[in-house]
Amino acid sequence: MPPETGTPAALEVDGVSVRFGGVAALTEVSLRAEAGTVTGLIGPNGAGKTTLFNVITGLQRPDRGSVSMDGKDVTRKRTYRRARLGLARTFQRLELFSTLNAADNVRVGLEACGRASSSEAVGLLDRVGIAEEASAAVSSLPTGSARLVELARALSTDPKVLLLDEPCSGLDERESEALGGLLTSLAAEGRAVVLVEHDTDLVLQVCDRVHVLDFGQVIASGTPDEIRRDTAVQEAYLGHSAGADAAAGGPSGDA
Amino acid sequence: MSVFLSFTVLGIVSGAVYGILATGLVVTYNTTGVFNFAQGAVGAVAAFSYWQLWQDWHWPFLLAIVVVVFIEAPLLAVLVEFVLFRRIHGASVERSLMVSLGLLVILLGLTTIFWGNPDIVRSVPSYFTQADGNVLSVRLFGANGVTLQYQQILIVIVAAIVSVGLGVFLRRMRLGVAMRAVVDDPDLVAMSGAKPYRMSQAGWAVGFMLAALAGVLLAPIVGQTGLTADQLTLLALNGFAAAVVGRLRNVPMTFVGALILGLVTQYAVGYLPTHLGPSLAGLTSVLTEVVPVVFLFVVLLIIPAARLAPAGRLALRPVPKVVTARQSVAGAILLIALFAVLAAMVGDTALATLSQGLAFGIVGLSLVLLVGYAGQVSLCQLTFMGIGAYTMGKTLGGDSWWGLILAVVVSGAVGAVIALPTLRLRGLYLALATFAFGEVMYEAFFNNSTVIPDGTSINVGRVPLPFIHVVGDRAMLVEVAVAAALCALVVGVVRRSSFGRRLVAMSDSPAAYATVGLSSVRTKVIVFSLSAAMAGLGGVFYAGQQGGIGANDVQFIGSLTLLLFVAIWGIRTLTGALLGGLTAAALPVLQTHLPTSLADITGLAAGIGIILLARSPDGILGIQWLTSRIHLPFGDEAAQPRELVLDHEVARAA
Repeated sequence: MPPETGTPAALEVDGVSVRFGGVAALTEVSLRAEAGTVTGLIGPNGAGKTTLFNVITGLQRPDRGSVSMDGKDVTRKRTYRRARLGLARTFQRLELFSTLNAADNVRVGLEACGRASSSEAVGLLDRVGIAEEASAAVSSLPTGSARLVELARALSTDPKVLLLDEPCSGLDERESEALGGLLTSLAAEGRAVVLVEHDTDLVLQVCDRVHVLDFGQVIASGTPDEIRRDTAVQEAYLGHSAGADAAAGGPSGDA
Repeated sequence: MSVFLSFTVLGIVSGAVYGILATGLVVTYNTTGVFNFAQGAVGAVAAFSYWQLWQDWHWPFLLAIVVVVFIEAPLLAVLVEFVLFRRIHGASVERSLMVSLGLLVILLGLTTIFWGNPDIVRSVPSYFTQADGNVLSVRLFGANGVTLQYQQILIVIVAAIVSVGLGVFLRRMRLGVAMRAVVDDPDLVAMSGAKPYRMSQAGWAVGFMLAALAGVLLAPIVGQTGLTADQLTLLALNGFAAAVVGRLRNVPMTFVGALILGLVTQYAVGYLPTHLGPSLAGLTSVLTEVVPVVFLFVVLLIIPAARLAPAGRLALRPVPKVVTARQSVAGAILLIALFAVLAAMVGDTALATLSQGLAFGIVGLSLVLLVGYAGQVSLCQLTFMGIGAYTMGKTLGGDSWWGLILAVVVSGAVGAVIALPTLRLRGLYLALATFAFGEVMYEAFFNNSTVIPDGTSINVGRVPLPFIHVVGDRAMLVEVAVAAALCALVVGVVRRSSFGRRLVAMSDSPAAYATVGLSSVRTKVIVFSLSAAMAGLGGVFYAGQQGGIGANDVQFIGSLTLLLFVAIWGIRTLTGALLGGLTAAALPVLQTHLPTSLADITGLAAGIGIILLARSPDGILGIQWLTSRIHLPFGDEAAQPRELVLDHEVARAA
């Protein structure tokens, strides 16, 4: 789905740059995520994907550039304000409320936006497929399930824009597939889903558009098909001559 | 002119010493991630050891210096690292803070035991003293100029060498670079073949050596009339402020901060009193104590939050169960019944101690809310206690229910006001800010003779009870027990409420907390205020029991020991709060029955407790072996098995 210039996107990142000391973590990164679509963000470790998420959510202040939601500039808004405007995320390095059980992790999010029933919390856990873990201490969950708790918590605020940072790591193939289905249905509800993931198969399968980051720069943007064919991407990320293999489940890139 | 110059010299010299002390703090922090609250206490131990070797045992003075700085300090550091800090590498900020505060209490206890006898004057002569008692000095700028003692010049030179030498060591030398790397990622350093704990040891050793050096340099300056431990550990405060100026990372900026602080303090001493009139004779000593804390407070507030070094990391966290409504009601009834029986049985001393202990327990419960649940460390809880007691004493004769209500409201309001400017601070910096606030309140209010006349206290009566004409000691104990039980119920209710879930969520992950749309600012103001109000309520009963409130009741060391004892029993448990309070009240009484050789039972107990805390994050009540065998009044708060949980801050996400 090509970006329609003129109508504001659910999420728009424009010319964002971040430096950590002498290292350029992000350089002039721009991307749009439209409502009702899944936008993929791939790139090698250290490419700046998580930093970009931190900038979008306001946990990291960009040196230059802006972030807007539905055409509204939120660059100077604090994290919790952006969340109230409909932005939610999960974390690559888990940020669970480790003192609370799985259902209460979700409940904190529900209560934050004025909904309070514990059955609704279990409902969200059910939607991500781990209802049976509702009363489990999150510290005792395997990584994959813990990530799903984060996803359920992110959904608790009924977000318009959902940022997912490697939700599939720790999941087996079947679970990843189920998650892919869930992401498609979340987008179908009118949400803009942004997916950072090392599982390139999944990304190319479920995303409407894909952006490729390398060394803090967007080196390619396009539909999954265009990305598969892009030579710069093949060199930077998928590996030489891997264009065709990628679709067939060749390199996972999870290094 | 000559006045200005001489205060400038004094400022630079004291700044140089603070700089050495603070640099040690910075090195330890950057290598181990632990902010050493005991830095000044290490300096105190060194100064006393120096006096011991040189003046008392008549060792050659250079040998004494070498032994203290290069042998005693590193050995002590290695011991401390092994016993206290090795197990908590990567622990939460609250916990490593608690252990470092514990070290402060331990070292203060040691100095009391070894050098506590007030009959001995431990004076340390100046360096470069001639046989006839003259102190060698040079005169600069003629008659209107200034006199520089050789030892002042020596101090500045040593500070310059330390500053430059450390910079080179940390940036250029292999060990130094590895030391800086280890705090960022101990696992990575381990993979590259270095042993992380060796780096930690080195970090502690360098920190302690610098503290010892500062102590030894300072000894002749403050020690002409005799060294005292209080006066020496006070210096740590100056070190804190300087280190914060250097953002706990930057050695040169730390020295700049130290110099500014030294100058500001000396100019304040030099110029303020003349304007305020001769009636304030004791102002000099007050200023030297107040200026650094005000400086620290201001620096904490103006240093940009985003540039504060992130401090959280991977942590092992057990998850405590939540006490249910039924259990807490049962616990409350049991508590009241137990103390009603005790009230009928025990003698006068025990009555007073138990009442005070439960009043401290109420303050302890306020710490459960603030530290245990919300993860915000307060080092000024007795200040709030004092504010509550003072308000009670000043309202309607000091023995009314209105006084109690007003005490709760006023201390809660002060808590909110204090929380506001400190909100964007977290962990360590918030703890430092509460410490500074407590000290300022102590010096400017409670220890101010216009508020409470010297050596006296403000009369505070007891909360009246129906059907009882005079609330005697026995009725008082039951009254406090009821109050403590109610407070425990309140804390339980808060924990089970949606606000309680928010508190622990905010503590567990500030980043995730914000991304679900919650403002930690609001949550912190509310919990701070609630906690301060509860501490104020504790103050009403504490002061009511003993008939008044004075400056001695609200000292930093009191806030600290109460916090530690609550932490040692288990700061996330209601039972732990009450036992912590009782312990803090009982030990000083026990002390009077012990031989004088055991000079500091409180320090000793805290020391043993802290060693335990370094191993069991939830304290004694977190030891499963124990809690599976003993049934506690507030039931089920035993920790579940440890699990690995990610507990890092997002600021490192790069």
